[in-house]
Amino acid sequence: MRQDVFTIIDNRRVSPDTYVLTLSGNTSGFRSPGQFVNVSVPGFFLRRPFSVMTWDSEGFQIMYKNAGHGTDAMTGLKQGDSLDVLTGLGNGFDLDRSGKQPLLIAGGSGVSPIYCLAERLTGNGIIPTVVMGFASSENVVMEEELRAMGCRVVLTTEDGSSGIRGLVTDALAISEEYTFVYCCGPLPMMKAVSEKIFTDGQFSFEARMGCGFGACMGCSMMTARGTKRVCKDGPVFGLEDLVW
Amino acid sequence: MVNTSVRLGNIELENPVIPASGTFAFGYEFADFYDINMLGAVVIKGLTRDERYGNPQPRIAECPGGMLNAIGLQNPGVEKVISEEIPKLRQCFQKPIIANVSGFSVDEYVECCEKLEQEPEVSMLEINISCPNVKHGGMSFGTDPGSASEVVRAVKRVTSKPVFIKLTPNITDITVMARACEDAGADGLTLINTLLGMRIDLNSRKPLLANKTGGYSGKGIFPVAVRMVYQVYESVKIPIIGVGGISSAEDVLEMMFAGASAVEIGAANLVSPYACRDLVRELPATMERYGIKELKSIIGEAHHG
Ligand SMILES: Cc1cc2nc3c(=O)[nH]c(=O)nc-3n(C[C@H](O)[C@H](O)[C@H](O)COP(=O)(O)OP(=O)(O)OC[C@H]3O[C@@H](n4cnc5c(N)ncnc54)[C@H](O)[C@@H]3O)c2cc1C
Ligand SMILES: Cc1cc2nc3c(=O)[nH]c(=O)nc-3n(C[C@H](O)[C@H](O)[C@H](O)COP(=O)(O)O)c2cc1C
Ligand code: FES
Repeated sequence: MRQDVFTIIDNRRVSPDTYVLTLSGNTSGFRSPGQFVNVSVPGFFLRRPFSVMTWDSEGFQIMYKNAGHGTDAMTGLKQGDSLDVLTGLGNGFDLDRSGKQPLLIAGGSGVSPIYCLAERLTGNGIIPTVVMGFASSENVVMEEELRAMGCRVVLTTEDGSSGIRGLVTDALAISEEYTFVYCCGPLPMMKAVSEKIFTDGQFSFEARMGCGFGACMGCSMMTARGTKRVCKDGPVFGLEDLVW
Repeated sequence: MVNTSVRLGNIELENPVIPASGTFAFGYEFADFYDINMLGAVVIKGLTRDERYGNPQPRIAECPGGMLNAIGLQNPGVEKVISEEIPKLRQCFQKPIIANVSGFSVDEYVECCEKLEQEPEVSMLEINISCPNVKHGGMSFGTDPGSASEVVRAVKRVTSKPVFIKLTPNITDITVMARACEDAGADGLTLINTLLGMRIDLNSRKPLLANKTGGYSGKGIFPVAVRMVYQVYESVKIPIIGVGGISSAEDVLEMMFAGASAVEIGAANLVSPYACRDLVRELPATMERYGIKELKSIIGEAHHG
């Protein structure tokens, strides 16, 4: 973990309620896709946790949904503004377990860490299938970017306005030949996925956080190995750990 | 050169900065961030006789100038704290370790303290009779002078370690509780624990925390804590550890002027893992700025003249 001040390069709206924030600064704390950062939003006491969408030696990006007071204030951040960010938090996805044909499943704000993972996997020459679920076509993000990377992308929307009508689980049947599953999205979605898949997998969780680095027990979750902190022991957990 | 050392009963601290229970886990987590030996002492997460999962999620909510928490005393139980957590902390920390003890009955406090008495690595006991986040216990001992005295007497009988009692601010007159604890034999007092609070989600129109209520802490409660330390300093002779909203070296001085012999830092650790380190670093220069050479000498100065 590191605490650094980052400079905002860009804060761009990518769908009616979703933004991509690009920051430059020290990224030496970043280790693996699925890790998160904890952002101090000016005017708020607690930090806000976000998954890393991309990172390189110069900076990183997060994709955030305007979901409340803090994220609403973030939409007003301008190029050149500084942000105090804790980076390199949590344990990310284990790339070594992917096998040759991993299946990546994302819903809502889960797209961000899954995108990060897809970038690393394709960089290693592995072409994943990515199933992404959204409410409607206007909410679809990162589809083209993932296709440009070489991923096979399967889209679902609840209203059928793009891709398959329904939920991500409705699209799983068409991709049975996978070696490992990586999943991030709302809890009911992840539970449904865990009940439908044929292989082992890893799931990334969210919880309300006090600190994001293991100090407060605010984010505890029950697992098969006892109580674990989403921030420090997760946010990525193996299928074998999950008790739902 | 200024002198930052202070005393808590028979324990000498290099400086008065102590992370507060529940905001520093079992301490060793922070050793990855900086050398925690620069701290005066460490208070570990509140422990109970039996393992506790704590309250359902969500347990945390934002509020102006601070946060609400309703952790519900999650901990692995006193035996595991002694066999697993304290040894891990001791590996990276040579300064005094303070155990924070909660209970749901007098017997439970006693059982925990008996076990801790056998643990030489624990220098001091902080008895939490003020947790607002668990039912039937914790705070009910902290709001009734009779029950509080009973806990203090029972605990003092089974331990030779200094016993500090941690008081709740959720009471009309905190000095009544403070005096009851002193009369029953407490070696010192820690105050304050969190203020009982609530947030309601405008969309769901329901309380944000699963526990409905939570404890308010952070910057916003600082003046309440200063006032209570000031009042208690006037009513007892035993040393006081001041806690509540401290987030700068100036806050440390203010709390000590009010009457604190040392301070604990809570929610500030959650916002920045380096909060205590930065406080310790800034303290000497801040003392110089206010013309203070001996930190000990300023305790309770707000009361004089
Ligand atoms: C590990 C992790 C990764 C995340 N990654 C992303 C991401 O990539 N993109 C994205 O849009 N969102 C992500 N979230 C959710 C995001 O943190 C919340 O949407 C955000 O904190 C809401 O803040 P707010 O001030 O707008 O909401 P408010 O409701 O006003 O916030 C009040 C408090 O509740 C907390 N809170 C509210 N909603 C959530 C939530 N869903 N999860 C955790 N805390 C919450 C806030 O952090 C804050 O402390 C992630 C959460 C976690 C735990
Ligand atoms: C997340 C959290 C957990 C806490 N857990 C405990 C605990 O286990 N035992 C205890 O005596 N106090 C506990 N407290 C109270 C703090 O130790 C401290 O008294 C209070 O937060 C006020 O200080 P602050 O404003 O600096 O946070 C907790 C506070 C927080 C924020
Ligand atoms: S958020 Fe504090 S321990 Fe996980």
